[in-house]
Amino acid sequence: MTGKEAELEKLAQIQTEALAALADVADEGALEAWRVAHMGRSSAVMGVFSRMGSMDKDLRPVMGKAANEVRQALEAALDEKRQALEAEALSRSLETEKLDVTLPGRPVRRGRLHPLTQVLRRIFQIFGDMGFQVYPSPEVETDDYNFTYLNMPPYHPARDMWDTFYTKTEGVLLRTHTSPGQIRVMRARAPEPIRAILPGATMRYEQLSARSEIEFAQVEVLVVGEHVTFAELKGTLDDFARRMFGEYARTRLRPSHFPFTEPSAEMDVGCFVCDGHGCPVCKETGWLEILGCGMVHPLVLEYGGYDPAVYSGFAAGMGIDRSTLMRYRIDDIRHFRNNDVRFLRQF
Amino acid sequence: MKLPLSWLNDYVDVDDLEIEALAKLMTMVGLEVEEIRLVGRAKPPGDMHEFKYTGISWPVDKFVVAQVDEVMPHPNADRLVLCRVNDGTDEIIVLTGAPNLLEYKGIGPLGQPLKVAYAREGAELYDGHQPGRKLMKLKKMKIRGVESSSMICSEKELGISDAHGGVIILDDDAPTGMPLVDYMGDAVFDVNTLPNMVRDASVLGMAREVAAVTCRELREPDVSLEMDGPAIEGRADIQITDPELNPRFVLGLIEGITTKPSPYWVQRRLNLAGMRPINCIVDATNYIMLELGQPLHAFDYDILVERAGGKPPTIITRTAEVGETLTTLDGVTHSLDREMELVTDTAGPLSIAGVMGGEESEVNGETTDVLLEGAAWNFINVRKTVSKLKINSEAAYRFSRGVHPALAEIGVRLALKRMAEWGGGQVSQGLIDLYPNPPEDPVVVFSASWVNDSLGTNIQPEEMADILRRLAFECHVDGEMITAKTPPHRLDINQGLVGRADLLEEISRIYGYDQIPSHRLNQPLPPQHVNHQLMMEENLRDLLVNLGLQELVAYRMTSPEREERRFPPEYDGPYEEYLEIQNPITVERRVMRRSILATMLEILEYNSNLDRRLAFFEIGPVFHPVEGQLLPDEKVMLSIGLTGVRDLPSWGMDEPPVMDFYDLKGVVEGMLAGLHIENVHYRAGEHPSLHPGKTAQILIGDTVVGFMGELHPLVKANFEMGEAPVYVAELEFLLLLAAARTLFDVEAVPTFPPVLEDLAVVVDEAVTAAEVEAVIRKGGGNELKKVQLFDIYRGAQVGDGKKSLAFNLTYIAPDRTLTDKEVSKLRKRIIDLLGKELDAELRS
Ligand SMILES: [Zn+2]
Repeated sequence: MTGKEAELEKLAQIQTEALAALADVADEGALEAWRVAHMGRSSAVMGVFSRMGSMDKDLRPVMGKAANEVRQALEAALDEKRQALEAEALSRSLETEKLDVTLPGRPVRRGRLHPLTQVLRRIFQIFGDMGFQVYPSPEVETDDYNFTYLNMPPYHPARDMWDTFYTKTEGVLLRTHTSPGQIRVMRARAPEPIRAILPGATMRYEQLSARSEIEFAQVEVLVVGEHVTFAELKGTLDDFARRMFGEYARTRLRPSHFPFTEPSAEMDVGCFVCDGHGCPVCKETGWLEILGCGMVHPLVLEYGGYDPAVYSGFAAGMGIDRSTLMRYRIDDIRHFRNNDVRFLRQF
Repeated sequence: MKLPLSWLNDYVDVDDLEIEALAKLMTMVGLEVEEIRLVGRAKPPGDMHEFKYTGISWPVDKFVVAQVDEVMPHPNADRLVLCRVNDGTDEIIVLTGAPNLLEYKGIGPLGQPLKVAYAREGAELYDGHQPGRKLMKLKKMKIRGVESSSMICSEKELGISDAHGGVIILDDDAPTGMPLVDYMGDAVFDVNTLPNMVRDASVLGMAREVAAVTCRELREPDVSLEMDGPAIEGRADIQITDPELNPRFVLGLIEGITTKPSPYWVQRRLNLAGMRPINCIVDATNYIMLELGQPLHAFDYDILVERAGGKPPTIITRTAEVGETLTTLDGVTHSLDREMELVTDTAGPLSIAGVMGGEESEVNGETTDVLLEGAAWNFINVRKTVSKLKINSEAAYRFSRGVHPALAEIGVRLALKRMAEWGGGQVSQGLIDLYPNPPEDPVVVFSASWVNDSLGTNIQPEEMADILRRLAFECHVDGEMITAKTPPHRLDINQGLVGRADLLEEISRIYGYDQIPSHRLNQPLPPQHVNHQLMMEENLRDLLVNLGLQELVAYRMTSPEREERRFPPEYDGPYEEYLEIQNPITVERRVMRRSILATMLEILEYNSNLDRRLAFFEIGPVFHPVEGQLLPDEKVMLSIGLTGVRDLPSWGMDEPPVMDFYDLKGVVEGMLAGLHIENVHYRAGEHPSLHPGKTAQILIGDTVVGFMGELHPLVKANFEMGEAPVYVAELEFLLLLAAARTLFDVEAVPTFPPVLEDLAVVVDEAVTAAEVEAVIRKGGGNELKKVQLFDIYRGAQVGDGKKSLAFNLTYIAPDRTLTDKEVSKLRKRIIDLLGKELDAELRS
């Protein structure tokens, strides 16, 4: 055996031993120890490089090449082993790490709009899509705006329909409905055509109970133009009811009386609780009364600054509390203004 | 009004209509049926009904007309009898304790059998011995040794009225064996009468509507009257002081009447209509009021003569004099004022016109001669009287809404006729009728095309006229034009423009709202206007919700005491004027609120035990009366309230810390930043509700827009709240609105990398963080983009009365990467400036 053959033989043996040792490596720590032992500065293969200077001149290229090959082979084996170990570790962790997914999630601080605001916004949106714009009006009103301009002169029998809170200031009361806003928006806009929504708080003198409130939110709708018809009143409110209560909501208009509209109507929508079969919510009728409406009375147009011989219009008013109450089958109307968090956080 | 269908059928055929169909038809014409009470008639089949049904049905096989042939004593009980009953098929022995059968006990077979309402075994009816209306089923049972399974019924048991004093004795011609429902089964509609349709608070009125909408014939009551007594002329006199208040007054006289019960069918009708039968005189006036809608008043003629000193009485209608009083027949004594219209005689007040009669001149059990009043009154006057005296009556209900004077005479005639029929007696020849102020029945002219343009319909002129004629208008059609004269029984139709609207309603109501087409708005879209306030209000709501707050909607009505709780007990602030409510529902809600903070504190208190973290806001008005201004200012305010833990507790986590002042400030800052409001600053301030050392004013520029801080411990003690401190803020919405910007500059995202470094300086305790930050910014110049405080340290290392503030500084230049040299130059400038202006030292 020549010196060269012996040297090459030794290199091959270094590689064989190193690879054999690598096969036994089972974790990251052992792998690092193996790298130090077999590829580190004092490893056998590195020893070959350091002895290179003392070798025969003609032996050097051969040995250099062979030693490099061994080192590269060991490096490749190391990479392979490392990947294998990582893959193994990952699959082990995937197998063993298991959460109790039924534990509750971390609570997130969440704010909410009051349910009445939520419903009101929905109404704004529906009418907004039809070109209606919101017009604000005061909650404390004069007797004139609340009654007289709405065709209810003093001692008019229809004033009985609204139990009124009067203030100690003569001629000033808490508005019993959003309808005074009709006069306010007309006076602000005349002679423009109008499509307005008038939202807000209204107050009525009632005994407080689960079914009756002294303060509640209302929305008024007003259209004024040169040829507004009863058919358009029907169509607009039908569209509203469908979007508010569902694509297949049934509606009906039945005659009613409001001094500020004529003809006047009450709009009923098919009971969404019992689907028309009768239940306590609809008082066994299958219908829920959701709004009052009608063609604007000529005197009201006149008070608003529109000539009733030229202009016509329709108006509708609905109580937000009551329809929300029915929709969610809320047992007590006072919840809305009590602001109990246990109630509010359900919306 | 309660409408028995059998009564309605007197004037229009409705017996062939299904109950439900009739109720629906009436509802759709404006006579809303709120409830259907079955009094024998069957509930329509099926399970889809549009009305609420109450009452009971009398199945034909269970309830029949029967006859009692003999009333025999009970072997073991004095107060019970055994009746030998023939129900048309069988003879049965029926046990009963009815007191009105006792008189027939033991007298042997009756010559004239008693006709009764008889219920067989298995029948379901109301328990006569239980209070209220409790259903029971007839079963075999033994009472004192005698078995019985069927029953002779009282009104209560059949659901006709609450009377259970005895069994019903039917008229002798009632056919034995006939199903009871066919003989007298009924249903009663509870009809909600609209305020402008008081003409329909009568059976005839409703019949007219039904006839109009079904195109059926209306049978008006026969007003012909046999007047075979001596002439009324000279027996009484009328003086009307003010024809505006009393447009008509009619008197009729009947003599020799017997004050006895009305026939059974009359009593039953009155009961079903919700009125208690009294005697034939009172019943006749009530009956005509229900039938026609004209309230009447019966005076005892002899008492009036006595009051007139034996002479024929003079009825004088006039307003009350100061100090006059009258005791009405309900026993209440009223003091009258000079606006109240009265019916009087020469001796004083007899009744409050159109409202209620006086006790003294009322008919009584001994009355034989009746002077009957039918009058018309000014509805506004009646209305004022009723609201002042706080009394009500069926008469006042109708008169305060307007009864046409034409009905006064018809009413008197019909009632005299009924009295003579039911109580005997002679009707005096003629009536005394003073009619100084007949109303003009409006004539309205309109074009058919105007109606069609208003409704969106295509109804022919003749059809419109026909609809109105069915409502008793006199109509004339001339091509397009229709002239309609209002019938003399209604006061709700006006002249001119308003009259046209009135008729538009009449035509559309009878034509049917459901027949009118439905289509989308075909109008030009109106000019669209900016509504900045609403937009910003909604924007603000969203911002605060995004910051984790719950929105509140709160009562506007409160009391000064409730609002005072927001101040410490000894606080003596300026007088606050409230808008006071004249008729509050409770003293707790007798003014309009002035403070949104007070509302917030109440709601925090209400919820204090309900959640560990409360974070609320409210946007709403407060009401401040303003001198020289009719309406109060409705100032929109924003309140924020925070208390409790910062984060919601969670498993496996440390107990979260409670919120402090800076949690509130974070919300305020986030909100103002979200509104793109610039030039915001905060300075220590004072507020009576807040802790003096933990209060900040919120400023935009030089304007104070609100305050925030920790609730004063003495104020907190006014409320039942938890341990955690409470933080509140109040801001004026309009000031935020004025400063909020919808258009704002967006800075370019930097292209060059930032240089970050920390800077910790030691300053005197009195120096605020804001002051330090301002100096740092001044020194850093344009390249210093961000200064953020991240730590505060106090302790031995910095010395007494000192604190260390540590900031993160971010430097960026828009056009180059800053070099270390540049940054250290800036840093040196900052440190020098801090030393010079604030005597600050770099913390080593
Ligand atoms: Zn229902």
